[in-house]
Amino acid sequence: MKNPSNVRHRPGALLFAALFVLLALFLVTQIPAQVIWVKNGKVLGQPALWPGVGVVGMLLFGVAHLATRLRAPRIEVELAEGLTWLRSIEFAIWFMVYVWAVPQIGYLLASLVFATLLALRAGYRDARTLWLAAGFALSVVVVFKALLSVRIPGGAIYDWLPSGALKTFLIVNF
Amino acid sequence: MDLLLSAIGILWRWDVGLALLVGSVGGVVIGAIPGVGAAVAIAILLPATFSLDPIVGLTALLGIYGSSMYGGAIPAILINTPGTAVNALTTYDGYPMTKRGEGRRALSLAYSASFFGGVFSVLALIVLAPVLAWIAPHFGSREIFLAALLGIILVVTAHRGNVLAAGMMACLGIFLNTIGLETIRYSKRFTFDQSWLAGGVDLIVVVLGLFAISQAILLLVQPDERPRSARIDGGLFQGFRELFQHKRLTSVSASFGVLMGMIPGVGEFTAQFLSYTYGQRTSKTPEMFGQGAPEGLVASETANNAVPAAAMIPLLALGIPGEALTAMMLSVFYVHNVIPGPQLFESQMDFVVAIYLALLALNVAVVLFLLSSTNLLLKIIQIPTRFLGVMIMVLSFVGVYSLRNSAVDCAIAAVIGVFGFILKRLNLPVVPIVLGMVLGGIMEVKLRSSMARLKTPMDMIDRPIAFILFLMILLVLGLHLRAVLRERRARR
Repeated sequence: MKNPSNVRHRPGALLFAALFVLLALFLVTQIPAQVIWVKNGKVLGQPALWPGVGVVGMLLFGVAHLATRLRAPRIEVELAEGLTWLRSIEFAIWFMVYVWAVPQIGYLLASLVFATLLALRAGYRDARTLWLAAGFALSVVVVFKALLSVRIPGGAIYDWLPSGALKTFLIVNF
Repeated sequence: MDLLLSAIGILWRWDVGLALLVGSVGGVVIGAIPGVGAAVAIAILLPATFSLDPIVGLTALLGIYGSSMYGGAIPAILINTPGTAVNALTTYDGYPMTKRGEGRRALSLAYSASFFGGVFSVLALIVLAPVLAWIAPHFGSREIFLAALLGIILVVTAHRGNVLAAGMMACLGIFLNTIGLETIRYSKRFTFDQSWLAGGVDLIVVVLGLFAISQAILLLVQPDERPRSARIDGGLFQGFRELFQHKRLTSVSASFGVLMGMIPGVGEFTAQFLSYTYGQRTSKTPEMFGQGAPEGLVASETANNAVPAAAMIPLLALGIPGEALTAMMLSVFYVHNVIPGPQLFESQMDFVVAIYLALLALNVAVVLFLLSSTNLLLKIIQIPTRFLGVMIMVLSFVGVYSLRNSAVDCAIAAVIGVFGFILKRLNLPVVPIVLGMVLGGIMEVKLRSSMARLKTPMDMIDRPIAFILFLMILLVLGLHLRAVLRERRARR
């Protein structure tokens, strides 16, 4: 179904199209080095066929898409949108810090700290919302690790505890 | 009859019942919260179902898949914000009805229309089962390759006004799927000699990045909003009576939903568009469409809820998903060691019927839940958007990390999350990436396995079904080309 908002050029459309073509171009140049071509093998069975289809398709569609985005570009608008994209990397870093913290301080503690700090970063300052964020993190840990037993390793922090039932309980459930 | 009893036997367990209840209620709640959606929920919950029995895990995730659109109608009608993307058309007539004090009537009509669409499509699935069981074994490697190719062409051409971007994304998906060690000659492809790339890029990681992490980032970056909605007083049964006044419209809309659902890449939007147009053309008050016409609401909700069960047809019979959610359901099946395709119909027909029955039961469970708990849902949809972003971020971790306990998977998901955020900002299509990954993989495998029988290119289409699929590919491309030329002429 045609969506009128799709047709309108959005800020950053040219920048994205240009970056995508550059990526596709880079990948196309890497084909000889990154895939093998089996001598005397059928074309349809070559390991290089489908990566080739993918990257060449990316390049062809990308160039055609770029051509439709070239009309009257406003560089300052494109760059401003590019800065918004860079801002999003901050939250990807938050996520990776959380990933790093879990095997160190345990799933429960990492989740409580992560959810509360991220809520603070999102602009919430009232105690009720921060408690709600921590409560949500606690419930996620209880539901997924304690009840559904998803595979998340126990934190290194639990090694500090003396051996016994409490240590096992914390490693298994939190 | 034996088949039916066997299927009931598969479902007649307390844990399956619980999974159905949790999945269907959870799906409604998730669908009702703008900015989450079934794709995010399924991706997050998938690893949690690894340890469950196949039928239990599948039932829970099918529940979410089949019920999210029910919930999505609530904010669409009451606060002019669709809970899921496919409820956007519901806002056209649902919200104007609310503004003129008919919110309860609109909700009631939406529930009854959704219920009719959902049940109609499951019944269509049951009626079509013998046909599918007969036709599915006629699909060999060549036919499945051509069907997947047709699917990918449909996915790209369905994005009218954005076809080039959809093509870019589909090719990116095909490329992503090839990264890592290929399994025929065990050669590395685009690993750049990095051992962490040898295992390839997991579909679930991509889905979580594209749907969950990107959505969390989007919500965290945008200004905070808190949707507000008034309480609904009184019963919600009246819509079932009113629906009888629109018998023809509901039947036609549900049929559009079933037909469009069966065709890969087409899905809810086209079904809704056709139903809505039909409703407007046949209405005595076409001028009311877009200003609070009950028929518009009925057409939209019946059609979109008829799609999920119908979309299971190519998935179950051929193993070919037609949209992002069925692509994810395919990985759900694989994870639970159930391989959709012709052999499933031959060897596990009772399991297939059990899935149909589960879909039927979930429609009943959902409508009962909605009739009794709408006001509770109204409180849930008032979660502030940035807080929702925090919640999705916390949940995304479970989804990605519990797959393989891999920080690399998390890093890939985070990068793809940023990429998905950019795509959403630019209103570029995300779904072709997922379908490119899935259908690209299917095409590669099926083309290789059919090579032994191919002496000339014409051998590819020398069987009746393969030839029909080839003609369909030509037809789709021809129709698309004609539409492009017409648009160009109209612009001049």
